[in-house]
Amino acid sequence: MEIMKPQRDVGIVGYGAYVPRYRLRGTEIKRMWEGEQGCTPPVKEKAVPGLDEDVATMSLEAARNALKRAAIDPSRIRAVWVGSESHPYAVKPTSTIVAEAIGAVPHTLAADWQFACKAGTEAMQAALGMVGSGMAEYALALGMDTAQGRPRDALEYTAGAGGAAFLVGPAEESLAVFEGSTSYVTDTADFWRRQHEHYPAHAGRFTGEPGYFRHVLAAASEIMTALGRKPADYAHVIFHQPNTKFPRKAGRELGFKREQLDAGLLVNDIGNTYAGAAMIGLTSVLDVAHPGERVLMVSFGSGAGSDAFDLRVTDAITGRRERALSTRDYVARRHELDYATYARHREKIRME
Amino acid sequence: MEIARHWRLQRHRYALVGEVCNHCGVKIFPARDVCPECNAPAKTPYTFSGKGEVYSYSTVHHPPEGFEHFAPYVVALVRLVEGPLVAAQLTDVEGEKIEIGMPVEMVTRKLRDDGSKGTIVYGYKFRPVIGGRTSLGAGEG
Repeated sequence: MEIMKPQRDVGIVGYGAYVPRYRLRGTEIKRMWEGEQGCTPPVKEKAVPGLDEDVATMSLEAARNALKRAAIDPSRIRAVWVGSESHPYAVKPTSTIVAEAIGAVPHTLAADWQFACKAGTEAMQAALGMVGSGMAEYALALGMDTAQGRPRDALEYTAGAGGAAFLVGPAEESLAVFEGSTSYVTDTADFWRRQHEHYPAHAGRFTGEPGYFRHVLAAASEIMTALGRKPADYAHVIFHQPNTKFPRKAGRELGFKREQLDAGLLVNDIGNTYAGAAMIGLTSVLDVAHPGERVLMVSFGSGAGSDAFDLRVTDAITGRRERALSTRDYVARRHELDYATYARHREKIRME
Repeated sequence: MEIARHWRLQRHRYALVGEVCNHCGVKIFPARDVCPECNAPAKTPYTFSGKGEVYSYSTVHHPPEGFEHFAPYVVALVRLVEGPLVAAQLTDVEGEKIEIGMPVEMVTRKLRDDGSKGTIVYGYKFRPVIGGRTSLGAGEG
């Protein structure tokens, strides 16, 4: 396997996160459907969007945070790409709304990406290519979701809301430089949603080994082999996080220590943010990382595939990360909902 | 359907873009092309910082058509740091004590949602400042 690396070195010029302020505790979902019986919820709580929020508004705030850190003229952005499985419209791009609001229009590419939870990192890979080829000076890649879980389904506990934006640009301006990336994709139906269906369906335990672990472990070990790295070379590692168990198990099997996962593991506090999950983990890592440190990020999207990115943090991180709210600032902001109010927020109550 | 009207206003609404009077320097919102202070033509776009404070507020329990989804909600007059007074909804305030003088910041949210077949209208609202940290970025111009 050959590593993917553009001819021109590229990196992250700015990054930004967003998490809505509402939370639903796992114990509240359990009270609703299981009472005192049953297992411990897979995460402590999950983030829930406000009544006036969707993937467009949330992407916009993450994009603005990325721009605050990058401090570039937004009219120089040549691509605005939003990866999500919860775009507000079936037809009409989220990305044009974001591009218009940040001032990137009209001379920009804009498109919505779709690949379950991998849509955002797929957009990142493309952004690396755009900037790396010289077609663009800057490209903005986002992963953002307001994930829907069917009431009473196991995924209702974890289907959260949030995500991140990365402004990709020339390496010499970057706070973290991409040293290489890889992708590992197969046709595996572990999780899906048909057109016009409100809730996704999944293949239960099949989502684990043939889905998540096969792709995540392959992408992670292949990128390390190709670059001649071992787990100890990385200060931080971020895996797609549909729950707390999967990323920890993936880390253990690859030989990472638990501490290497800590900074980028947010799922226990905000739930699984789908296309945003690995990417917002990376923002949380960049909030604390030191110059010179290496970071590995591995996403996973059902259907199925994983993208892996090898990053080196540069001196530019200091001074730039303070320009916008940290990811933990958003995670700490918290207003708890009961199940009834959650049902209203997620439009599960039929009004007409 | 008011697609054209919303489309004309979206630039102002998404990012709080008004005008500045090149004659006397007054910042103007919403845009009106004539300076309210010195009556000079004022057509230079100006993007506001989005920072301000609550000047006054009230809660809407009986919303007009198109806003039922959000009720009850708080509307406020917000005094922007650049001067203008703007009428807008406050958001992310459930459980918060709203006070006159409270620092707020602009966010872009759904203003109205014309059912499952219509368009979604986005625009500015204000929320309590998160974490008390001020914005230093130049990204929003």
